[in-house]
Amino acid sequence: MIPLSNYLIVGALLFCLGTAGVFLNRKNLIILLMCVELMLLAVNMNFVAFSHYLGDAAGQVFVFFILTVAAAESAIGLAILVVLFRNRGSINVADIDSLKG
Amino acid sequence: MSFEQILFYVFSAITVLAAGMVITVRNPVHAAMFLVLTFFSSAALWMLLEAEFLAIVLVLVYVGAVMVLFLFVVMMLDLNTTLLREGFARYLPLGILVAVLIAVIMGLAVGQNHFGLAQVAAPAPHAASYSNTQQLGELLYTTYVYPFEIAAVILLVAIVAAIALTLRRRPNTKHQRVDQQVATRREDRVRLVSMTAEERK
Repeated sequence: MIPLSNYLIVGALLFCLGTAGVFLNRKNLIILLMCVELMLLAVNMNFVAFSHYLGDAAGQVFVFFILTVAAAESAIGLAILVVLFRNRGSINVADIDSLKG
Repeated sequence: MSFEQILFYVFSAITVLAAGMVITVRNPVHAAMFLVLTFFSSAALWMLLEAEFLAIVLVLVYVGAVMVLFLFVVMMLDLNTTLLREGFARYLPLGILVAVLIAVIMGLAVGQNHFGLAQVAAPAPHAASYSNTQQLGELLYTTYVYPFEIAAVILLVAIVAAIALTLRRRPNTKHQRVDQQVATRREDRVRLVSMTAEERK
């Protein structure tokens, strides 16, 4: 018997790693997008675990919607990344400062 | 330790280790591959939670579509990975500090004391005839049919936005002019010449 807390801790660890990745790879936009995916995966893990242990399938429906929105988000994010690289020749976050006052 | 527990610990260890590799490896292609491994082992964990449909969807949608998109973009762009690694060592202590802080706080909040087996009992496993897909489908097409359609619209908007963002017209290139091609008549292209037959040599 696996307690619910084990799944929640796996989710929490995934979220921590996603957050740490944002700090560590603050130059590389692609890795930043991957870190966002990690955080969303952590949230989904919690949803699925609660859905199973509370016996309510609505949690899995929400995971479905999160997957949809995350797919849309990464598609648009990568499109922006490609346009950015085409215009500036770099995906370094520090180079995106043309709006700085 | 039961077989289920062994599976859980193996797959959660793979998930967390692969997630750690995603944020530390030098090469973005390797990071994408480790993210794929993370998704695969999470799908296995979701199988343990009897969410079979979502586990398959995770593999199909994320590994099959989103990560391929990531790899495509990583390989299409000419990246200078050493330049992008700048500041990794500088921010390493801060990153570890934040991660450990969040882990400790979350561990206190969701640990054995609050969500252990004593508080939330593990549900009995479903019968072999139970269909997770059918249960989800019944919910999705009745109670959640309106959000479902909004999700479809969001996907459509994402397609339009991604294409509109990346479509570019280059003025210096030679294009086909489809309207002129279609409007061409036979008289513009073919000229019939009447000539006498020549002798065979």
